[in-house]
Amino acid sequence: MIAHAVFFYIFSLIAIVSAVMVTVSKNTVHSVFFLILDFISISCLFIMIGAEFLGMIMLIVYVGAVAVLFLFVVMMLNVAEQKGQWFSSRWDGGTHIPVGLLVSLIIFFELIIVIGGWKYKPDLLNSLSINISTEVTNTRSIGNVLYTDYILLFQISGMILLVAMIGAIVLTFRERAGVKRQSYVKQISRERDEGVHLVEAEKNKGVKIDA
Amino acid sequence: MLSIGLGHYLTLAAIIFTIGVVGIFLNRKNVIVILMSIELILLAVNINLVAFSIFINDLSGQIFTLFILTVAAAEAAIGLAIIVVYFRNSDTIRVEEIKNLKG
Repeated sequence: MIAHAVFFYIFSLIAIVSAVMVTVSKNTVHSVFFLILDFISISCLFIMIGAEFLGMIMLIVYVGAVAVLFLFVVMMLNVAEQKGQWFSSRWDGGTHIPVGLLVSLIIFFELIIVIGGWKYKPDLLNSLSINISTEVTNTRSIGNVLYTDYILLFQISGMILLVAMIGAIVLTFRERAGVKRQSYVKQISRERDEGVHLVEAEKNKGVKIDA
Repeated sequence: MLSIGLGHYLTLAAIIFTIGVVGIFLNRKNVIVILMSIELILLAVNINLVAFSIFINDLSGQIFTLFILTVAAAEAAIGLAIIVVYFRNSDTIRVEEIKNLKG
């Protein structure tokens, strides 16, 4: 129990500090690395609490894919080094800082009030549909319901990923001028008459090619 | 203090959510950091769902976390593609210079 508490505090401290560093780092590459650290510590928390499959998926999806995507874009756009203070504005002289902090503090206290003051509905535990079984592994029990009860949502999420992929390709695709490319239509629709020219060759005179 | 309950996880999620909101509010230089703040907010939501799922012993929360992960990945890809196109057209992604919509 004590070890669980100690590790919870360690991981959540790392998560909070790295979340702060994501927003305040001047260098965007550092922000991406702190985002990776944040996701890793939260996935450690997930594994500790008993949701192993989600912890591993977080590692694969976020650290493996999303963070690398962010890194690629940051390096491609060459905006890593931000000049000056990241939160200063040249338009309104920085009045957005107190306003933003105030609104965020209000949101935080509202969340804390909700956390302190809610109760379970009395018949909640009777209305649960899918209990977590202790006999099979977490991955297996997720798979048991994901491919049966939630198959429609699962396929729709696949469609969402497909649409996102097509959208990203369409958005960033551009035709460059002056690049030689293969044209299948031209190749296929070529007739014999365009390529071959028969000439009558006279004896002892040769053929003028560029006639 | 030493027995970690649901409230601890919810508080952690609230703190991370608020940090994400602060990041969106205060950033004036870089759109990519705003996208990362949105990822932080979605992460806080995921913490909430997983914590509830474990503590009331119902698997549905973890399933929904899986779908939120999917949507977050799609959103990050589309958002970064839009940023790349915008940078190609106007050579900047500073938030204070993006005011074509007069918002």
